[in-house]
Amino acid sequence: MEIPKSIKLFLTQTGELAKFTGRFFSEAFHPHYEFREFIRQCYIIGYKSLPLLGITGFIMGLVLTMQLRPTLVDYGAESMLPSMISLSVVREIGPVITALIFAGKIGSSIGAELGSMRVTEQIDAMEVSGTNPYRYLVVTRVAATTVMLPLLIILSDAVGLYGGYLGVNIHAITSYKLYMTQAFNVLDFYDVLPAIIKTFFFGFAIGIIGCYKGYYSKKGTEGVGLSANSAVVISSLVIFILDLIAVQITGILGYN
Amino acid sequence: MTETLLHNDKVISIHNLCKSFGDNKVLDGFNLELNRGETLVVLGRSGSGKSVLIKCIIGLMEPDAGEINVLGQNMLSLDHEQLDRLRVQIGFLFQSNALYDSMTVRENLEFPMRRHWYKISQEETNSRIKEVLENVGLPHTADMVPAELSGGMQKRIALARTLILNPDIILYDEPTTGLDPITGREITNLMGEIQDKYKTSAIVISHDMRCVKATADKIIVLLNGKCYAQGTFDELKSSNDKNIKQFFE
Repeated sequence: MEIPKSIKLFLTQTGELAKFTGRFFSEAFHPHYEFREFIRQCYIIGYKSLPLLGITGFIMGLVLTMQLRPTLVDYGAESMLPSMISLSVVREIGPVITALIFAGKIGSSIGAELGSMRVTEQIDAMEVSGTNPYRYLVVTRVAATTVMLPLLIILSDAVGLYGGYLGVNIHAITSYKLYMTQAFNVLDFYDVLPAIIKTFFFGFAIGIIGCYKGYYSKKGTEGVGLSANSAVVISSLVIFILDLIAVQITGILGYN
Repeated sequence: MTETLLHNDKVISIHNLCKSFGDNKVLDGFNLELNRGETLVVLGRSGSGKSVLIKCIIGLMEPDAGEINVLGQNMLSLDHEQLDRLRVQIGFLFQSNALYDSMTVRENLEFPMRRHWYKISQEETNSRIKEVLENVGLPHTADMVPAELSGGMQKRIALARTLILNPDIILYDEPTTGLDPITGREITNLMGEIQDKYKTSAIVISHDMRCVKATADKIIVLLNGKCYAQGTFDELKSSNDKNIKQFFE
């Protein structure tokens, strides 16, 4: 029986992505670090994503509060609102939604940028100029997404909690101190740590998939578009898969 | 290495070069020799493997078999660091120019210098940039980005970037393709001026017979992956072989 073409393609690309990831670890710890380019990428990837992720984090917290409130009022558990918001935002919604938006913004831009560099021979020109393009383009971008996404998620969680505070105060007056005390009382080390650890993996996945798709982009404008598009689609899917794995691991360890 | 070159004036010699993509044999036992100060044009139809040939010379593609000697060194036995050091002496003008579009012209020109020579002073960098920009006739473009330049100007800047490291050899990949006849002629003249001024050796891949006539000391016809014929422009032009004649009609 012949293996269908789509399965063959999937297996080939998975293998190539694994090789590409392996190369990251061998190149990343090799001397001749591209530190300047890493800092530049942190600025582009991290700092320039702040407004978008801040706004979405705020809306996320506000909407979550407005949706939760009627149900909790029905059960007479309105006072639980700050605790529920903080648990949902810190453990799950904050990391996943922020990572998905980050994948849309940064994954697509990395895929398109490297794809167009490949198509216009800029990557070849870099190699001829005595630069290892993998180290200069891929390692710096993947390192930047891995470091920046957790920081952005922490910020987005904080803004989301503040959005929740404003949401609570639409219908009832609750002091900022009381809201924050209730929100943080329910959180412990095992809620925060696994949530932060998984965001490093999200950041790494978004960076490496975007770079892989761009670096091996097919020739032509269609190839560049396809690289940007598939970088977002695949990294979004991988975020959910990684989240599922993280939940299973924390469950096995008894942290859920 | 200098001693080797004194005894042997060949800057590039290629023997039995083979490169295939699947079943398609692009280069099949190809041979070539380039002498110091000489400009060699490789003629061939589209898809005949001309670009593959110069990409093998610069190390962007790995041949399946054969030998490539550049400035007395076997390219295929060099490690990455040795290859980078040798590449300082080889300039490559890409068909698409390959200018970094996120950088200004100055940054484009600085890039190869920063990567190859880690301890070059800012003063030396500035004077080199000024010199090459003047040589290509665009001294006012240093702070512009590639998107602000016309096709011909981009080609000149790409040539300036190729020249910035004072290479011994320049590989031109279709330098006049996509340009109007006047700009194409300007680029051809510029190639001649560069050859006179810097005494470089060059391999030119081109279909533009006006450019070929103006630049070639020797022409090689690449057919079916092999060196089909070689000679001067006039020798090949007077040939009765139909495979050669079609280029000159």
